[in-house]
Amino acid sequence: MSPVLIIFFVLAGLAVLGALNLVLQKHPIHSALSLIVVMVCLAGLYLLMGAEFVAAVQIIVYGGAIMVLFIFVIMLLNAGEEEHTDFSKIAKFAGLPLALALTASLAALVVKPGQNVHGATQAVIPKATEQISTMLFKDFVYPFELTSFLILVAIMGALVLAQREKK
Amino acid sequence: MIAFLQQNAFWIITIVKIALLLFIVLTVNAYLTWFERKVVAHIQSRWGPHRVGPHGLLQPAADGLKFLFKEDPTPLGVDKFVYYLAPFLALALSLTALAVIPFGPDPIVLFGQKIYLWITNPDIGLLILFAITALSVYGVALAGWASNSKYSLLGGLRSSAQMISYELALTMSVVGVLLMANTFSLTEIIEKQSHGVGGVGFLGWNIFAWGKDGLLFPQIFGFICFFTSAIAETNRAPFDLPEAESELVAGFHTEYASFKFAMFFIAEYTAMITVSCLATILFFGGWVSIFPDSWTITHYIPSITLIPFGLWVIYDGLKYETIFGKLVLPAVGFAMFAIGAVLLAGAWIAPLHQVNEFIQPVFWFTAKVFVFLFFYVWARGTLPRLRYDQLMNVGWKLLLPVSIANVIVTAGVILWRGHV
Repeated sequence: MSPVLIIFFVLAGLAVLGALNLVLQKHPIHSALSLIVVMVCLAGLYLLMGAEFVAAVQIIVYGGAIMVLFIFVIMLLNAGEEEHTDFSKIAKFAGLPLALALTASLAALVVKPGQNVHGATQAVIPKATEQISTMLFKDFVYPFELTSFLILVAIMGALVLAQREKK
Repeated sequence: MIAFLQQNAFWIITIVKIALLLFIVLTVNAYLTWFERKVVAHIQSRWGPHRVGPHGLLQPAADGLKFLFKEDPTPLGVDKFVYYLAPFLALALSLTALAVIPFGPDPIVLFGQKIYLWITNPDIGLLILFAITALSVYGVALAGWASNSKYSLLGGLRSSAQMISYELALTMSVVGVLLMANTFSLTEIIEKQSHGVGGVGFLGWNIFAWGKDGLLFPQIFGFICFFTSAIAETNRAPFDLPEAESELVAGFHTEYASFKFAMFFIAEYTAMITVSCLATILFFGGWVSIFPDSWTITHYIPSITLIPFGLWVIYDGLKYETIFGKLVLPAVGFAMFAIGAVLLAGAWIAPLHQVNEFIQPVFWFTAKVFVFLFFYVWARGTLPRLRYDQLMNVGWKLLLPVSIANVIVTAGVILWRGHV
């Protein structure tokens, strides 16, 4: 096994464990912490594929900004331990079979001989950040700016809703 | 054996470098506490530590020992895992940030291996630093939450709100520098600042932005926003509300004792060093000398300053009545004097000349970092702590708009001068 493969399995395993822990933990803070582990492991996987910029942004945006907000809210509301309820009916009859089907089809694709699923090439792309910025601010500038406008609208909406409750 | 060493040279060099950097940084940390206490004491017309060793110089060692041997109780009802995780997280993250800081441009060539003065020099160095800053909120916030104490919880809440608010201004304030440098790599950012107009070193720094291609927009506003929000990010006075001792006992680390408390302490001081390094790199030209490169006489400034300082230390040590003061201080002073004299002799002796040239950039870098560390302490000694609403107002209504305006103006000037 090459070192890259070992690192991949360690990171991927940690990510899966973190995701499982996220669901199984009772306390919201522990769940949030597991989610941070998942985010950081994903960033590591991006780094392994040579996508340095995406990896850093993954940590800054998801690991930093969003998860800090999560933890902040959990702390502010002083949320206690949650009780695990039984499976909801929809989850039992629709969710489980669908999840199984998805896993099976993915596994079948990976295992199927002759039709290998290729990972992304592990090459360090020179000037990757520059390429991304050219793409965002030149080739796709209108969709990109529209997205930011959408986010702005969402923020305004949240503000309006929060203010209305105050009255 | 030699073949093995040559094959794994990269790993061995890196591990040795990490160990060395950790040793240096932790020592500097220890003496930073001494320095802070001394400076704040003198600001307030006191002596500061002066009992343990000459000038209180052994105080950090005494403090370290005290931290190690103190009882380490775990309060009742804490969330054990998170309670133990938080100090580790704080310390590990703040130490990791140092890995991407470059301390000097020239490699040391040893056994045919080029050893650079940085642990790693990634293309996205600055982004990695910001990623680590973004994560370092957790150490403080989780410590506050896990301690099962209202003071800690309030401290943790305050610190997470404060860090979210100031991270925006912190990130926006360096965009002007990035626009001018066109890169995230810290070494390249310094390299871009090394061509001052007419060979005058300091005019090329981003704070003046007068490079060989003409004047761009000086990043003075960017720097002010950066340093202010950086002080807030590192939870230092006047933004130290998370541990405001007059309101919250000790804030987020109220329930931590012994070495777990020391870990928060070291993390805070390491973050101060990182921020000072970053301010030096981004706005003050990193290792670029103040003087033009052609003034070769200025290359002897580090050596020349060492000689009188060494002599003074000898003189000062002989005044001491204790054996230790009489013995150690003169020895240290003599060592400084000797090093300075030998390096000065490098003006005539070739290999020493190389050593002298090598310490040039490192000297300027550390000198600038030291200025910022002094500024940190100075701010703590003079400025009163902000009220919480003032803190939020400064972050959101002053620093953020100013740094955004700075980005727009800088981008406009760059477009206008055609430096895209």
